[in-house]
Formats: sequence, C-alpha cells, structure tokens
Amino acid sequence: MAKVSFKNISFKYGDHQILKDFSLDIESGEIMCLVGPSGCGKTTLVRCLLGLNKPETGEIYVGDTCIFSAKSRTNMAVERRNIGIVFQDYAVWPHLTVSENVGYPLKKKRVSKAEIAQRVADTLALVNMTEYANHLPSQLSGGQQQRVAIARALVSNSDIIVMDEPITNLDAKLREQMLEEIREIQRKSGTTVLYITHDQQSALQLCDRMAIMEPDGTLCQLGTDEDIILRPANRFTFEFIGVSNFIPVEANGGKLTLKPEGGSFPWADGVLPEGTDLSQGLEVGVRPNDIVFDPQSPLRAVVTRSVFLGSEYDYFIQLGSQELRVQQNTLDAARYGIVKEGAETGIRLLNYRFYPPKKEVSA
Amino acid sequence: MSHKKDLAAVDGRRFNVDGILTAVSVVLLLIVVVIPVFSIIYNSFFYKGQFDPQLFIGQLTDANNLAAMWNTIKIAFWVTLLGTILGTFYAWLLGRSDIPAKGLMRALFNIPYMFPPFLGAMAWDLLLNGRSGYLNKALMEIFHLSKAPVNINTLAGIIFVEISYYFPFVFMQVVSALERMDPTLEECARIAGAKQMTVIRKITLPLVVPAISAGALLIMTTSLAHFGVPSILGFSQGIFTLPTKIYAVISRSEGSFEGIRQGAALSIMLVIVVSIALIIQKKVLSSGSYDIIKGKSMRPTLIKLRGAKIPLLVLCIATLILIVVVPLVMIFLVSLVKAYGLPLVPENFTFNNYMKVFRMDGTMNSIFNSLKLSIGAGIICMFLGTLIAYVVQKIKPKGKEALEILSVLPYSLPGTVLAIGVILAWSGAIFGIKLSNTLWIILIAYIARYLSFSMKSSSAALLQVHPSLEEAARTCGASHMESLKDVTLPLIRPAMVSGFFLIFLPAMREVTTSVLLYGPYTRTLGVQIYSLRDAGMIPQAAALGSIAIVLIIICNTIVTEVTKDRKGV
Repeated sequence: MAKVSFKNISFKYGDHQILKDFSLDIESGEIMCLVGPSGCGKTTLVRCLLGLNKPETGEIYVGDTCIFSAKSRTNMAVERRNIGIVFQDYAVWPHLTVSENVGYPLKKKRVSKAEIAQRVADTLALVNMTEYANHLPSQLSGGQQQRVAIARALVSNSDIIVMDEPITNLDAKLREQMLEEIREIQRKSGTTVLYITHDQQSALQLCDRMAIMEPDGTLCQLGTDEDIILRPANRFTFEFIGVSNFIPVEANGGKLTLKPEGGSFPWADGVLPEGTDLSQGLEVGVRPNDIVFDPQSPLRAVVTRSVFLGSEYDYFIQLGSQELRVQQNTLDAARYGIVKEGAETGIRLLNYRFYPPKKEVSA
Repeated sequence: MSHKKDLAAVDGRRFNVDGILTAVSVVLLLIVVVIPVFSIIYNSFFYKGQFDPQLFIGQLTDANNLAAMWNTIKIAFWVTLLGTILGTFYAWLLGRSDIPAKGLMRALFNIPYMFPPFLGAMAWDLLLNGRSGYLNKALMEIFHLSKAPVNINTLAGIIFVEISYYFPFVFMQVVSALERMDPTLEECARIAGAKQMTVIRKITLPLVVPAISAGALLIMTTSLAHFGVPSILGFSQGIFTLPTKIYAVISRSEGSFEGIRQGAALSIMLVIVVSIALIIQKKVLSSGSYDIIKGKSMRPTLIKLRGAKIPLLVLCIATLILIVVVPLVMIFLVSLVKAYGLPLVPENFTFNNYMKVFRMDGTMNSIFNSLKLSIGAGIICMFLGTLIAYVVQKIKPKGKEALEILSVLPYSLPGTVLAIGVILAWSGAIFGIKLSNTLWIILIAYIARYLSFSMKSSSAALLQVHPSLEEAARTCGASHMESLKDVTLPLIRPAMVSGFFLIFLPAMREVTTSVLLYGPYTRTLGVQIYSLRDAGMIPQAAALGSIAIVLIIICNTIVTEVTKDRKGV
C-alpha cells in the first residue's frame, strides 16, 4: 500500500513527444483507472513507473521513496522498485508451470521454500487457479493465463499493482467476471491499483477514481466516475466516455436555433449558460438517453429504425437529414408507448452541454 | 542516507550488463573477423609498410589468373541457373503435387546437402575420369571406342557435380515456403476463375520468389567459393578456379611469405567477383518480400498429376539414383577393391583398405581433430552467435547494423579467403602470436566461417521472445543478468542447440579452409581424405570417405532425434 505521485513527467520517443509535464497522484489503497484512446501514452507512463523507460524530466514517488528524479539523477533499478505488473500480453513465462511462474518473485526475494509454497498456494486460491498449479501456460486459456499474471503480481505483496489493459483479449462475459475478481482481490489485499485501459466501460465498472488522458498525452480530467459522467470537463471527455450526439447551434441574441444537416429548427427550450464562448461557433452535445420523445414538442424528427435490446430500445432518428441516436428505457417505452419506424414525433433534449465544434483535422 | 547513496550508485554505474555484453561481442568479432579481413587487404597492397600495388596489379593481369576467374564465374553462373531451376521444380513436385512416397523422397533429396561434395566429385572421377574411369572403360570395351565417351574432368563435369550437391539449397527453401503458404491464396484465385497453370504462374510462383532467390543466392556464393569439386576434377586437366588457384599458389610456395601475399591478392580478386555477383543478383531479383507466408503450418491443396504421375515419379527416382545412390555405391565399392584399377567384382574385394587406413597414424588423429574442432567451433559459435544476436536484437546499441554485418560477413567470404586472412593475421604479425600449424588457427577460421549460422538461428528465436517476458522478470525482482538466465536463455535453448548442430555437421566434413591451414599434426578428416587421394592411395581414400559418410549419417540421426525431443518445449 502506497501513494504514487508522478510529477512533471516528460518523455520523448525520438522526436515524438509522448508525455509533457504529466502529473498525477494516486492515493494509497485506491483503484485508479487511467483511461485514454490508444496511443495517448498510457503505457509509456506505466513503463516510466516501472523503470523500463527513462523520462526526460520529472520525479516519481512511491510512498516517500523517490524512485526517479531527473534532477537528482535518481533512477532506481527496475528490480528494486517492488511494483507488481500485469502486462497487456500477460507475459506469463511459457517454460515454467503456473506455480513456478507465481513463485518467481518470491524466489528472487530469497524467501524460504516452505514459505514460497504456502504463499503461492494462497495466492492461487485467491485467483481460483489452485487446480492448475502444475499446468504449463500453453495448457491454459487466455483468461486463466491472465489470472496467473495477476497472481504473480499479487504474490509478493507489492506496494502497487499496475494492470496494463489486461482484459482486452477476453470475451465480454469473461471480461465482466475478471473485473469483478480484480475488484474482489483488491478489496482483500488493499493494494493500490493503477489500471490502464482504453475502454471506458470497464473503467467505470472497476475504479474508485478515473483519470482521462487526451490523445496528445495531457491529463484532461481526474475524478470519481460520477464526476466524469455528470460533469465532463470538456468535449473530449464527453465524447470519450459514452455515445454522444452533436448538433450545430446558432445563437442569435437570446434565441437558439438547431442547425443539423439539411434543416433549421428554432429551439425554444434551449438555455445557453452565461459566459459561453461563441467565437469558435457552437454545438450542443447530448447523450442518447437524454433525448426524449414528446409528441407536443415543436422539434420534429422522423424515426428511421428502432432496435429492441432487452432493457432498452435503441432508435435512429432524423432531425433534418442528420441522424441521431436515441435510447429509451424499456419501462419508459412501455409507459409512454413505443415509437414506430417511419413515424414522425416530437423530441426534447435534456442534460445537454455546449461545446465548440471539433476542429477540422488539417491534412 | 545510505539508501540515497545506493540509488545514485545504481544510476551512475557505467558498466552495466548491456554494456559488457556489447563490448564482449565487439572484441570477439574484432579478433575473429576484422583482423583477418584487414590482414588480407593490408598485405595485398602494402609491403614492408610501403604502399605497393605492383603485386596486386601483376596478379590481376596474369592470364592464368584471369582464366581462373572466368572459370569461377562460368561455373557459378551455370550451377546457380540450373540448380535453381532443378531445385524449384522438385520442390514444387514434392511440396504441391500428389506424387507418391513424398516423405521418403524428401529425405533422400536432402542427402546431397549433408554429403561432402568433394566425396561426390571423387566418386564421379572414379566413374567417368577421362582416362581411367570405371564406366568409361566399360563403355569403351563394350562399344569398342578408342576414346572415353564422357569426360568428367571438364568444366561441364564440374558444373554437373556441383549442381547435384547444391540444388538442395533452393529445394529446401522453396519446399518450406510452399508448405507455409496460406492455401486460401491459391483457392481464391481458382474460385475467381483462374486455371491451374495460371494459378501456378501468377500466384504460387511470385509468392515463393523470395525463397527461390534466397536459395539461389546461397548456391551462387557457395559455388563461387567452392574448392573441393573443382580441385578434384580440375587439377589434373589444368582447369583452375580462383579458390583452387589460391590453393595451388600457396602450396607451391611452401609457406613462403611471397606465396601467401600472392594468395591474398587473388583472394581480393575472388572477393570482388563475389561482391559483383551479389550486387547483380540483388538487381535481378529485387523482389519485395511478402508477409503472406505464415509461420504456422497448413495443409496445402495438392495438384493431381494424373497421367504425368508415373513419368515424373520415374524422373524423380532416376535423379535420386544419379545424384545419391551412384556416388555412394561407387565410393563404397572402390573402398573394397584390392588395388585401384582392378575390376569391381567380388574376387577383388577386401577389407584391407579399412585396416590400412586405421593403422595409419594420421587417420585416427584426423578424426579426433575434426571432432574436437567441430564440437569446439559449435559450442563457441553457439554462445558467441547467441550473444551477438542478443546484442543486435535486444540491446540495440548504436551501430548495431555494423555488428550484424560483421558477423554475417565471413559467411559471404569464401573459406579460402578466410583461411588466408587467418594465416596472415595469426602468424606472428599481431603481438607475436603464432598459431600456424596448431588446431587453434583452424578453430578461429571455423568460428569466423560458421558464426552466422548460430547467430541467425538464435536471432530468429530471440525475435519470438517478447520483450515483456524479460521485463516481467525484472519487475519481479530479477536483475538483468538473472532475467537473462531465468527467462531468455531457457526459451532460446532449443534454437541454440540446433545452431550447434548447424555448425557441427558442416564442420565435420570441412576441406576448403582446413586444407590451407593444416599442419603435420592438425589434419582434419576432410584433409586426410584429400591427401590420401592426392598421394594416389585411392582405395584407402575411398575407405576413409565411407567412414566419414557413416559418421555424418550417425551424427545426423542423433541430431534429428535430439531436436525432435526438444520440440515439446
């Protein structure tokens, strides 16, 4: 159990700047999810923490120990950092059995044989792998190999465990189950966990706190999952954290007009928060489940497709000629009636947020 | 406070494991490769510290040398062309058609690869020598000819014998490429409406072109540098190639420095020819490599030969008899004959030759020398090659390309050239170290010559070891050295073992290099056979040749058994 602090970390691959002055604190005993799109520098950050990459600037602390500092030229050797890691590809050693894999960190710490056997058995029990103790990794499924990797990270009671996208290779059901187990294991052991993923869904399921990284490697929001969902800091977080619809808006005096492709709709309900910056133009972002059907509403849209997903209905509707995604709780659908494909209906937007339009990516 | 000091020490430590490994491989490559190569260049152009191009120009304009150069080029051209065609054809036949008895035939087609070519040349010389070949004599008797109908002691003869031993290079490459090729690529073309021949021409052939050109390159460089066949078939007729000319110059000079310098100048000529050939080859076959060939083995669709099946089978068997059975039988029969020239009938047979060979001092000595050298070179190369492969693949220091080139360079250097470099370097020129006439000098030459084999084998295995495996060990508390010992080495051990045998087998039958380096007590098996024949003791040479073949077959069987066991890892 230990607090981890990154302070002003910068890292370059050749000329490619991956991280710039990156700072992040992870509290002792929490599960912190670092979420960001592929290639944003999550893995690079982890490698800096492990000592596999050497940052150009900054400091890294684990508890009170400085494990890296560019200024004082401190760079603790990888093997002395005492950080457990579950690699993206598990990195389970194919020539060792499950118990040899799990026992390896203890062997390197010169723990007695009897104690190694005991602790390996305990840890394997924790990850439900006892019966596979003498198997070789080639005889295990992906999920089982991953549990071996987790056990190996847990066994030596490291201060921190880092998991780098450990479940991306599993199918949906197993993924869910593994997340539950990781949560459970962490509760039992109380270790600090840094969990890296590009999948916001598993992050929401697992974490105490979340850190969202932008594609350019900057930290854009840090908070609990509620914070992030209810109060996204910027358009990137809003878009990244779930499905979203964006409709261009024109503000004229106090009046707002929705300007989807091929149409122009006065938007009487719309309220623009004071002090909104209009200089770059304006779009309104709204989640599919925040678009509700209201036959009385003057905003008229046509339902092009409806899909029943069990707990909810998924609709594609057209406002002007722009397609929007709408989700309706099955309960609500039962109460207010299901909207038929091809029907015209009124809609209202709730919990909307205004953002500047995305900049055109210059070629 | 002590803690802090510790950390600083960790960071400030300059001689880390990576640095040491890199330094060691640089030094070893310097000793084994750079110094000999430099010695050749220096001695051809400098004399007693003065720049003196006279010797080189003299050698370059000598008519005999030019003739030897042309012979070398002519032989290499035809051997490469015909060998490649033959190898590709049989590879396709055995890899992709429904010809029967494939497994057996494939094993037989690989035999010429392990069989020393100079023994084959000896066998064909015994059969078709212009004056005294057994077959020639028989044919002359039967048809009352006054002249031998076929003379193997010609350029064409040399080309024929070399082809029969070198086409397996292409054959093996192409067979494995064909087997690893995704069959759906061909099936797609068939489904899209292409005819069988169109598929072969437009899909199959282009996909195996990289394999073909790799094999052809191997044939060409080997043939350009080859010593055994042209020396056995060509010497008596005054047909020289550059490698045999170098040998002749050096053995005529009886170790005088002038002779070695001439040899060095000729070596440079040979290296130039090889380099030009490599460049031309690269231009001609500058085809991209395709990643469509997959690592895992798949079941390719077989093409039905229908009516052509029997004639093609007969052709295969005839080829095998011609290149495998006939030379083997010939060597064995001659080893039994009481005196060379007697008809090969049971009345003339005796085991005395074997007795005689074994009673000679040199024989057992040469077998042991070869064993020592092959095992020694095999083990040293296994570790050194793995070390260099590790440095190049994993540590990636600045200038790793140079390291890689240095370790592969001796492979494209002809063995003869390498031998001369080693002689020049280790006859007292450096620190007064004099290794001539010892096994050490041969060992150094072998290491230089075979290093790339083990390096390639370990390199391929290291590429399979994902970096995270070693990193995981580091994070588990293993030092860099421990992570190498606990994770990387066990994982590449099978490749290291096969690297050892890749060196052990060719080193056992080596002649080209050792024939220039041997001293009175350091004959190798190949040299001993060669000198027995040179001394006219042909049945005894054949006897020792048969023993060598048996030894090689035994070793090869052990190899296959050993590598089979390792597959489970």
